[in-house]
Amino acid sequence: MMMKKDNLIWIAIKTGLLSGVIAIFLCLIGMVEVFSKRDVIEHIITLGDFILLATAVSAGVIAARATSKPDQQKQPLTNLVAGALAGITTGVLIAAFIGLGQQVNLRSVFLSASPSLFILLTFKGGTSWIWVYPAVGMGAGLLGTILFLLPEKFRQPITRAILITFLMALFSGLFRVVMINQSDNIAKLGKYLFGQTGLTLSGAIIFFAAIVAVSMFWSARSKNLQEGFARIPKSGQTGIRVVVYALLAYVILMLPQVSGPFIAQVIVIVSLYALMGLGLNITLGFAGLLDLGFVAFFAVGAYTVGLLTSYGIFGLQHIPFWVAVPIAILVSMLFGAFLGLPVLGVRGDYLAIATLGFGEIVRLLAGSDFLAPFFGGPQGIIGIQKPCLGTLEEFVRVDVPRVCNGLEFAGPKEIYYIAVASAILIAFIALRLQRSRLGRAWMAIREDEDVAEALGINLIQTKLLAYMLGAAFAGLGGAIFTVLVGSIFATSMQLIVSINVVSLIIVGGMGSIPGVIVGAIALIGLPELLREVSEYRFLFYGATLIMMMLAKPEGLWPSQATLRELHHEESSADPIAKTSKAKA
Amino acid sequence: MNKRLFALLSVLVLASMVLAACGGGAAAPAAATYECTDALGCVTIAPSEPVHIAYWGVLSGPDSSLGEDSKRGVEIAIDDMGGKFQGHDILLTTEDAGCTPEGGATAATKLATDTSIVGLIGSSCSDETVGGIATLTNAGLTTISPSNTRPVLSDPARGPDYAGYLRTAHSDAFQGKAVAEFAYNSLKVTKAATLHDGSTYAQALQQVFADEFVKLGGTIVAQEAVAKDATDMRPVLTTIAAAGPEFLYYPVFVAVGGYVTAQVRDVAGLETVALAGSDGIFTADLLKGGGTNTEGMYLSSPDFSAFTGDYAGFIAKHEAKYGGSTLSTFHAHAYDATNILFAALGKVAVVEADGTIYVPRQALRDAIYATKDFAGVTGNLSCSAYGDCGAPVIAVYEIVNSDPASWNPSDAAAPNPKKIFP
Amino acid sequence: MRTSFGERLLDLAVSGFLWGFRILIVLIVVLGTFLTIRAGKYTGEQWIDFLVFGISQGSIYALIALGYTMVYGILRMINFAHGEIFMSGAFGGYFIATWLTGIGFMDKYPVLGLISSMLFGMLVSTLIALLVERIAYRPLRGAPRLVPLISAIGASFFLQYTFRGFFGPGVYAYPSMKALEGQWNFFGIGILKVQIIVAIAAFVMMAILYSIVMFTKIGKAMRAVSENKDVAALMGIDVNRIIVTTFALGAAMAGAAGVLYALTYRQVNFFTGFTPGIKAFTAAVLGGIGNIPGAMVGGLVLGIVESVGPALFLDSLGIPRPYQLKDAIAYIMLVMILLFRPSGILGERVSKKA
Repeated sequence: MMMKKDNLIWIAIKTGLLSGVIAIFLCLIGMVEVFSKRDVIEHIITLGDFILLATAVSAGVIAARATSKPDQQKQPLTNLVAGALAGITTGVLIAAFIGLGQQVNLRSVFLSASPSLFILLTFKGGTSWIWVYPAVGMGAGLLGTILFLLPEKFRQPITRAILITFLMALFSGLFRVVMINQSDNIAKLGKYLFGQTGLTLSGAIIFFAAIVAVSMFWSARSKNLQEGFARIPKSGQTGIRVVVYALLAYVILMLPQVSGPFIAQVIVIVSLYALMGLGLNITLGFAGLLDLGFVAFFAVGAYTVGLLTSYGIFGLQHIPFWVAVPIAILVSMLFGAFLGLPVLGVRGDYLAIATLGFGEIVRLLAGSDFLAPFFGGPQGIIGIQKPCLGTLEEFVRVDVPRVCNGLEFAGPKEIYYIAVASAILIAFIALRLQRSRLGRAWMAIREDEDVAEALGINLIQTKLLAYMLGAAFAGLGGAIFTVLVGSIFATSMQLIVSINVVSLIIVGGMGSIPGVIVGAIALIGLPELLREVSEYRFLFYGATLIMMMLAKPEGLWPSQATLRELHHEESSADPIAKTSKAKA
Repeated sequence: MNKRLFALLSVLVLASMVLAACGGGAAAPAAATYECTDALGCVTIAPSEPVHIAYWGVLSGPDSSLGEDSKRGVEIAIDDMGGKFQGHDILLTTEDAGCTPEGGATAATKLATDTSIVGLIGSSCSDETVGGIATLTNAGLTTISPSNTRPVLSDPARGPDYAGYLRTAHSDAFQGKAVAEFAYNSLKVTKAATLHDGSTYAQALQQVFADEFVKLGGTIVAQEAVAKDATDMRPVLTTIAAAGPEFLYYPVFVAVGGYVTAQVRDVAGLETVALAGSDGIFTADLLKGGGTNTEGMYLSSPDFSAFTGDYAGFIAKHEAKYGGSTLSTFHAHAYDATNILFAALGKVAVVEADGTIYVPRQALRDAIYATKDFAGVTGNLSCSAYGDCGAPVIAVYEIVNSDPASWNPSDAAAPNPKKIFP
Repeated sequence: MRTSFGERLLDLAVSGFLWGFRILIVLIVVLGTFLTIRAGKYTGEQWIDFLVFGISQGSIYALIALGYTMVYGILRMINFAHGEIFMSGAFGGYFIATWLTGIGFMDKYPVLGLISSMLFGMLVSTLIALLVERIAYRPLRGAPRLVPLISAIGASFFLQYTFRGFFGPGVYAYPSMKALEGQWNFFGIGILKVQIIVAIAAFVMMAILYSIVMFTKIGKAMRAVSENKDVAALMGIDVNRIIVTTFALGAAMAGAAGVLYALTYRQVNFFTGFTPGIKAFTAAVLGGIGNIPGAMVGGLVLGIVESVGPALFLDSLGIPRPYQLKDAIAYIMLVMILLFRPSGILGERVSKKA
């Protein structure tokens, strides 16, 4: 049965209005203007144009989807009309906004509605914009609809290609710098593919075509390959796996040499957050204790190493990094117990605010004038000795670094190895813990404390161990952070770090170890790499968090248990947290 | 699991091919007539490429006016050179360091990776430099800061990490001293109190003031502090009031400065105390936050009238390019820093016939340090062996009108704020 | 179950530690207070000043805490974005206040002007809260508790940076309003006009909210849903509508708090909501989460402790710059109260799960 005509029109217009509002929103927060300084394809289309077009294209896709019934054949004509209409509406709305902006002084309220924005939007003052926007909107809407109508075989590769080409454009600056630093040929290739502010036209075409080709090849052949793989005898399969892991190891080892210090530093930071995530994964993911003050343990580890290895005036001792780290881990564990004890009997969400308070207390005390003689106060602790694989010369005097006879881990490229090795080691330990009796005890506590106690699990011991082990991992992260930056300031230990760690383990998949790593890469690594658009980093971060929870609440790489829980949860509405009586 | 394995495999194969092709080799020099023998290496600028300098500082957040202000100084300097150096365009890029040490560290790492950068102007906040300077120095880069004022940064005992660091701004050792002299000798107060906001800049500066004030013969009756995000200042001001000061010095940043000024007269005992701030709040934003209480407030800052160069001309260019008055206090210092950089560049850059430029890094660094009697806007500048290129003359200004629109320290007829000391 | 000797020892050690912790804190407070009174550094009038500052700040915390506590009571959800709702109200009020001052209306009719600013701020904050609820919370009603929490965190970031995009990173200052300057005298003690107005306004709003919740039909429905969602639904209550109403009321309170906050401190910027949001949540937990009078009490207690605490017990113990640590005092107090009364001062009131 054909859609009722007015229903169709109404849906299309509604969709168009929504995407038009989003486009205006993007203009008003200044994103369009800032993004128009970056190109997607150099000299052809800027990032600002791209996002406006994207709203219209999405309008087309959504309108098309909304106007086709799931159980029927797609109705191309209806969809095309809907898509076009939605696109036109979007364009009209944007044009209306521009018209309004030129009459009324929007700038008194919205800072971004500046004259330069409107000059940009009206293509430098011509009047053609009045019809350009609806027309281009219609075209974009139609494009969206066509994408929707394409058979799966073509649609997936094309969508994937658009997405990946766009990502290449976003990161083009990074790729270009990395490639320029390599051999001559690679440098030439880099300049051919990546321009100063975006992809070159040839680069864009090459990427697009390549990804479409690979995608289509993949979808056509993957089944065959998988079956082929399954047919190889076990020893062969293991052999292939070994080769893959060896290649992986090679890539990891060589990466900083190729990519340069900035990317190495980003990976170090990602590893440190992964370390903290693995720690919080034990406290929150396994044991269900919502700890929002996790940065406190990070701070303890950092300050311990700093105080023990600094050659500045606050250095208590002057011992090598390798000796200081186990001490730092031990101190963190003690702290974990110390902070866990008062809140042993505190319930679910009260625990959140209590631990948040602890995190803040640690930060405030560390940076206070009161404890300044010990921790440096606002001036922090500077002059932290870099790790040395070899022997360190004797401590000479304050503020003079000790000379290292051997390999000094001076910069991000070297510390990369310490960080990645630690992350892998801790992931391994976490995995063993997860499968151990202790791990199961934690999961029992998470599900229901009273039942767990009835089963003979000592709540105090188990909870304390959860805090202590989580703290130990975070402390290790702090220790590495200190030598990376070479100084510690209490201002680095903000609440936002704790919040980030909680977010990343949930977005990655709570209770799942690969999930933590994926979460760290997604929520920490990507924004660091995208410092180009740093003003809007957090906007995207926030939007991503919301969208992830709406679309995939179990996380990017969930553990089996969470998957089961969440899909079982769809019928009932019980939260994970359970009550427990106060224990003194 | 197999699907993931295969995805991983294909990515790895691709990556290994790329790595194998590179073999980690450094860029092979083109068939050059110039051999780079510099200890830190050279920057090669092809004929069609721009000369790339970068500005790093605080470009976001409540203190962004400080960073923006300096950036404008750099831009005006580039305009004055016609936007070109030796026939190449000058490309200015920016990096936001957020006025925090780790922000500085990250910005520095990003900058250090970019081998096309010739020199840097920055940072804005001393904290940023503390976090990032080691990376920059070790990468062979040299940076000139227009607005770092923390004393230790150009001190003889500063350490080898700072080899690539110079500044055209004054050291707070001078600023604190000037304010102490103003308070004791000019205002004739003997009891002073200080307040800082937990930043390294404020804490160091108020301590310098306190030490100098005591040396002159005064007494410090209270030294208090708040957290940077604090908004309710009245309790801590009450504590200060209990000590009975005649002069309150709060050399903080804009957020805290506005709150303190707005609330200080509400506290019993502080109705008539003299208020003083420093270059951190020498901006029209203070008038917004502080309201009518800013009238009569004193601010220490570089002495604009002691600038020996053509400061009025600079202001005219600023007015023409950006409209409105200057945002903060270090624009002229940034202008001078840029010109010093390019002067040194002019001395050491090797220009080939085809237009290729080679810039030896160590030679550039040495040339900057060797700057002597440079006729800058802020004065006759000479750089010390420890990076101090500033001509520190500090003045105390008084705010005469609390209307933010009337802010114009360089207006000849009716400057607001007005210089009153020395 | 037979507990081993080791476990009993552990139990004993833990109890011992916790008691030791409690006693230590109490000792510090008592000793500090004693020393301060003895030192006599502050006059009686100054103590009253501390108290008044604390009440003024605390009443603002209380207003914000109401929103947290109501939403938690019904949905068992920590609404992390509530601080940004508060901030949006402050911004909304800013535009009206500036406009009215510009045309001279505010000086002629200050009361009307202030009320208009507040109402507009409340309108803005309510609209934004409803939008957030619709997009980020409603689809997640049945999910495990951490999922809406992350969504709320995402909403919080999104709102902050949206406002930054709209209005820039600089500060916006409320105009000086003559009506708010100066002091009133009570029994010879001068108290700032603005603080009295803020405190009274806050109490009035809380009273209005309380009456709505206690004496109207919708309030009864809210309490019913708060008790037990499913049974309330069986009784014919439109649970969805009630939840939306709860959000709206909480947001209105926060918006009002935003305007009052801006009147007290003058400056607003996109990040203003973050710290008061955390503090207000602390206040809500302090008073007993889900408990409306509890939020009020918690807010006031928090404000007073932050204001009086550093001067009262830290100053005389020789701790320099005690006001740097005022937040630390607040959090330690929270932990102490949770140790003595795990459900908060007035006890919690959260919905029972079916």
